[in-house]
Amino acid sequence: MDFFQLVDDIAKVDPEVYDRFDSRRAAFRNFLGFGKKVTASALPLAMSTLFTKAYGQTATLPPLVVETLNLALQLEYLEKYFYQTVLASNILNAEQTRAFEIILNDENLHINTLRGALGTAAIADPTRAGFDYTGSQGGRRAALFPSLGNTFTNTGEFLLVAKNFVDTGVRAYKGGAPNLNTSTTKDLLEVALNIHSVEARHSSRIRSFLRGGVQSVTAPKSWITPDETTATPLPNNGVPNAPASVGPYLAGNPATGATPSAAFPAENNTAQGAPSVNVQGLTPTGGSATAGAEAFDEPLDAATVKAIAKNFAANPAALFN
Amino acid sequence: MKNQLTAPLAEADAPARLLTKPVARRSFLRYTGTGLALGGLMLAGCDNDDPEIDPNANRLDVGSGDTGILNYAYALEQLEAAFYTQVVAGGAGSYFATASAAEKAILTDLRDHEVIHREFFKAALGSAAIKQLEVDFSSIDFNLRAAATGATRMGVLDAAKAFEDLGVAAYNGAGRFISSNDNLVLAGKIVSVEARHAALIRELLTPNTFVADDVVEISGPNARGTERSKRPQVVLETANNFLAAGSKLSANSFV
Repeated sequence: MDFFQLVDDIAKVDPEVYDRFDSRRAAFRNFLGFGKKVTASALPLAMSTLFTKAYGQTATLPPLVVETLNLALQLEYLEKYFYQTVLASNILNAEQTRAFEIILNDENLHINTLRGALGTAAIADPTRAGFDYTGSQGGRRAALFPSLGNTFTNTGEFLLVAKNFVDTGVRAYKGGAPNLNTSTTKDLLEVALNIHSVEARHSSRIRSFLRGGVQSVTAPKSWITPDETTATPLPNNGVPNAPASVGPYLAGNPATGATPSAAFPAENNTAQGAPSVNVQGLTPTGGSATAGAEAFDEPLDAATVKAIAKNFAANPAALFN
Repeated sequence: MKNQLTAPLAEADAPARLLTKPVARRSFLRYTGTGLALGGLMLAGCDNDDPEIDPNANRLDVGSGDTGILNYAYALEQLEAAFYTQVVAGGAGSYFATASAAEKAILTDLRDHEVIHREFFKAALGSAAIKQLEVDFSSIDFNLRAAATGATRMGVLDAAKAFEDLGVAAYNGAGRFISSNDNLVLAGKIVSVEARHAALIRELLTPNTFVADDVVEISGPNARGTERSKRPQVVLETANNFLAAGSKLSANSFV
């Protein structure tokens, strides 16, 4: 069997084949270590593993992993069409336009990445029609954000909702990370972590627009301050296991737990670790009274994330279930 | 940044750049990603106990397991906290003394956050904590906001950008080595704050560079929109440039 010829033949019909193989530094580890464990007689099996890795592993992804990635994918679509709609309006200045073009490009890449990992298990693209950014759920109730209809008309309201979306996304990825922390899904975990920090970078940028630019000293800061947890909560949409009041900065369910990874406290939390440490008490002399809460972001559970996001589904029965 | 300090930084990142450089990538992978699958077979008969010169001589190893990762994080937070503490201490002629109100507020917040992170890890690790590291910031000019092209040392914001981006890449690259979900979530709680820092410092230097291609895979047919995370040994090659002899680190358990 001519291995290289085989790969080259595949390259003729699939130009991306080389990139489908473990295309990062992990290649060294994976294949050196792996090579030592196989004998020549096992080569066909080894090659089969190589191609399975390259072309998707949907059949073997645990259900919880599929569920976690599909929730992430729905949130990415929620953001994608939100930014696409604002870019089709004329309410942003040049610097904002460029920033949201960059952010939209990232979301499109995240969608491709997640769809690639999920394969046939990925949800269908909800399309723009799947979302109602006014929060009226397709006219089922009064609008929460009236300016965010088919054409967005208010920059302040857009930026405020953008901040809420992206911070919900950051919390969702953080809350979902343990679901991906299995011995067979460490690569997926790494991808999710590498999306998580990009979403946090987006939040930082959006927050600087909300305060009028990076040289402004008004609120909000680029990190989450404890006073944000008092923001007006959103309807919980009757999602099972979500708290009665939901909000991007409020506690999820459960708010406290036996272990830190089983708890979803509000963003003003200052008790970290087990045994817990009061991190506000670690602030240096002359430091701020809010630094302890700011220094740690908090995860959010899937049910609460769904309850928040469902406010922006055109049909609440169709998305975030 | 065009200054001498970028030379060691660039070298430290060279292995990662080589593997992600679009032009070299295909031919490179032709002989590694696929080639090693076969090349590895030849190693099956080899003994890997060949004596080698230890490249980690005189380096302090962060250890193994989750404790090793926590110590690795503790080391990086020590570096960041020491840096911002020195920045905010200001003094005559310092950049901080004449910084804008917003930049003073931002750098003070960053000092607070990083000191809290450092002290938190110290408390969480208890007797398992590595020692207090001695830093070497001789490559940073604390009187300078940002270095001009050709400057010999980094400015304060250049260094802040380097530290924050490195921190994000480090936490993300360490995630796969963490066993306990409590520790994984803990790292997640911190890394998103570091990413918020990194994006803002970048905006202070150049508008709309918050997710530029040097830190996030955004261009090319196979871009994934993901942070360019780095494994511990790659991160430490950069971090060691800011640590004094006797405080330089290795992470031999995490490859």
